[in-house]
Amino acid sequence: MLKISTAPHIHSPQTVSGIMKDVVIALIPAGLVAVLFFGLPALIIIATSVAGCVLLEYLAGRFWLKTENTTRDYSAVITGLLLAYNLPSSLPLPMVLAGCFMSIVVAKLCYGGLGKNIFNPALVGRVFLFISFPVEMTRWPVPQFMNFLNIDAQTGATPLGILKHLDAAETTLIQSNSLLPEYWKMFVGYTGGCIGEVSSLALLLGFGYLLWKKIISWHIPFYYIGTVFIISGITWLFTHDIRFEPLTHILSGGLMLGAIFMATDYTTSPMSLNGKIFFAICCGILTVVIRFFSGYPEGVSFAILIMNAFVPLIDRYFTPRRFGVKK
Amino acid sequence: MKKIKTFPLGGIHPNKYKLTADSPIIDAGLPEYVYIPIKQHIGAPAKITVQKGDKVKVGTLLADSDGIISADIHSSVSGEVTSLEPIEGEFGYYEDCITIKVEGDEFEKEIDTSPELITEIPEADIIAQRIRESGIVGMGGAGFPTPVKTTVPPNRKARILIVNGIECEPFLTADGRLMIEKAEEIIIGAKILNKLLNIQNAIIAIDENKPEAIEIMQRLSKRYVGVNVQVCATKYPQGGEKQLIKAITGKEVPSGKLPIDIGCIVQNVATVFAVYEAVQKKKPLFERIITISGDECKHPANYRVRIGTPANYLIEKAGGASEEVAQIIYGGPMMGSSIINTQAPVTKLTGGILLLSDSLSHKKEEQNCIRCSKCAEVCPMGLQPYLIGKLVKEDMFEEVKDCHALDCIECGCCAYTCPANIPLLDYCKLAKSELKRNR
Repeated sequence: MLKISTAPHIHSPQTVSGIMKDVVIALIPAGLVAVLFFGLPALIIIATSVAGCVLLEYLAGRFWLKTENTTRDYSAVITGLLLAYNLPSSLPLPMVLAGCFMSIVVAKLCYGGLGKNIFNPALVGRVFLFISFPVEMTRWPVPQFMNFLNIDAQTGATPLGILKHLDAAETTLIQSNSLLPEYWKMFVGYTGGCIGEVSSLALLLGFGYLLWKKIISWHIPFYYIGTVFIISGITWLFTHDIRFEPLTHILSGGLMLGAIFMATDYTTSPMSLNGKIFFAICCGILTVVIRFFSGYPEGVSFAILIMNAFVPLIDRYFTPRRFGVKK
Repeated sequence: MKKIKTFPLGGIHPNKYKLTADSPIIDAGLPEYVYIPIKQHIGAPAKITVQKGDKVKVGTLLADSDGIISADIHSSVSGEVTSLEPIEGEFGYYEDCITIKVEGDEFEKEIDTSPELITEIPEADIIAQRIRESGIVGMGGAGFPTPVKTTVPPNRKARILIVNGIECEPFLTADGRLMIEKAEEIIIGAKILNKLLNIQNAIIAIDENKPEAIEIMQRLSKRYVGVNVQVCATKYPQGGEKQLIKAITGKEVPSGKLPIDIGCIVQNVATVFAVYEAVQKKKPLFERIITISGDECKHPANYRVRIGTPANYLIEKAGGASEEVAQIIYGGPMMGSSIINTQAPVTKLTGGILLLSDSLSHKKEEQNCIRCSKCAEVCPMGLQPYLIGKLVKEDMFEEVKDCHALDCIECGCCAYTCPANIPLLDYCKLAKSELKRNR
């Protein structure tokens, strides 16, 4: 019995779940570093968040939306990982689950599920928690290498938090430098911060993997991080104010995590190359503005969420160059 | 070696599966009956000039071209016309057709069957007449009558002839083998077309994965003034007319225009070989080279096949279709069509018959678009297939107009790439037919 179907009759081996699995693999190094520095509590948060997201998607699909099981595409795993990576390791577990609910049920399934959501689900969850539980969300355990139990960890500040609360008088002093961790510590992740954001090294490893597997292009992370580096760098050159020191700005906070894994989210980023570059530069500008002028030390999540809202508009104005048409 | 050229926008690199690249062309022999459709080209069907019971020879005119955009049909065998009734075609539709019972293998006497190479090129008006009388059409798959394509409109001027030796479809190797075995004939064919078009410049474009053909063509083309070889990158759809012109000349055919508007004429190598045979050997187009291949084909090979030979005769030659064969494709796996009737004959446009397994050709279920933008990245025309698909699904054909779906060359890169298995090419084709209908 012959089958008939329309052309093309062959298909590339890439599938949605394959892409999602690759993103999960790319996120593993950052998780390992987190466990190394923040111990078991970080692992528990990651596990809770992933389990919470997958379970909520399964339950919502089964009992509420009556759709078939959509958890097999691994996208809920990514949301769970990214949400966990955006939380401090001391956050109480019920709050983690509340974040999962916001991410999966409100930000993703209410919009129609994978591919239909306007805002990055993990960031919606994080911002919801950040605004609802400001105290718990800004209590940063001090990293301790290989101290896995880490139950009564002391809390400290993140590099960006230190910068935010410097006195005006201190800002131009060279000694203020000593308040910040050394660059190598920020690079490997030996500083305070959210679980998955501290280690630029681990995140860049994941970035390399995504590039190698051709899951994402380099444009959004490059232009996003580049914009933050250039604006803070120029400000720093003119003011010599430690608060604008560009290397600290790109190595600390959620910039690497946001630029590599969340601004590049397929569904919530523009389709055309020029649109992606425009989106990334705007994210960079917003991040710097929020970091410099707002009451919050960090602005990556807000910047990406704000730009998510502009994606349909960007898609309308930035279209690919058509063959045989002069601009 | 000169620089390898390609087109800059989009494109994919599917698995090549060129199982038969080194298999010499073998003669498929004669089936018991041949079924010759009277429409094997774009345009009006030819008018039948024979009657039931007539004795015909190889090369006898069976049907006369009807109007300017049409093509003559000749007999591919000698024997007796047994029926003029329509037969079931490859897709199950009935097609007007001439059925001939094969008796012996006698050629019309003016056809030169000697293997001798004839390099002397006749005058342009004789060339034009012989091409017209030989029923030649574009054999790359489009089937546009060659006499029409080689007639330059009065306000246009041809500047360059591009001989398309790019075979970017996986599995197919017929053109590649033809270039190896009939290289000089193709070069002379290009010279003939040059004379007809009154131009001095012909470029034979070959893709990088055919080193043997490149070597032979480069060596032989040195003996002929005005014929050059250009190597192109192995990338799909490099053989697309617009993509090839862009690669060779650097110019883009403007949207909605024809290649001749920028002075280019593109002809497939098989067509150019048919031109050589028609002009130098007075041989009408009654046979062609066909690749029989596929992952479920027992003995893949390249065959010289008489037009009208039923597909199942060829499939039996290549080892038969086992239970494992899920689809039989006429043409390549990217742009070909799956057929339901293996009794159906091959035509002037059939470049290959593929026997594909279910694991290779199975279409997976369509999922939500995840907006990965890969379809737009691979589109060689710079379109946004995801958007066309979305709008077609919602019946928003007014909006589809702004997506320029009519530029689509139907190469299938979008649907091949889509990780969510969305049949984007189907949506684009639907958009095109709707737009053409309402124009």
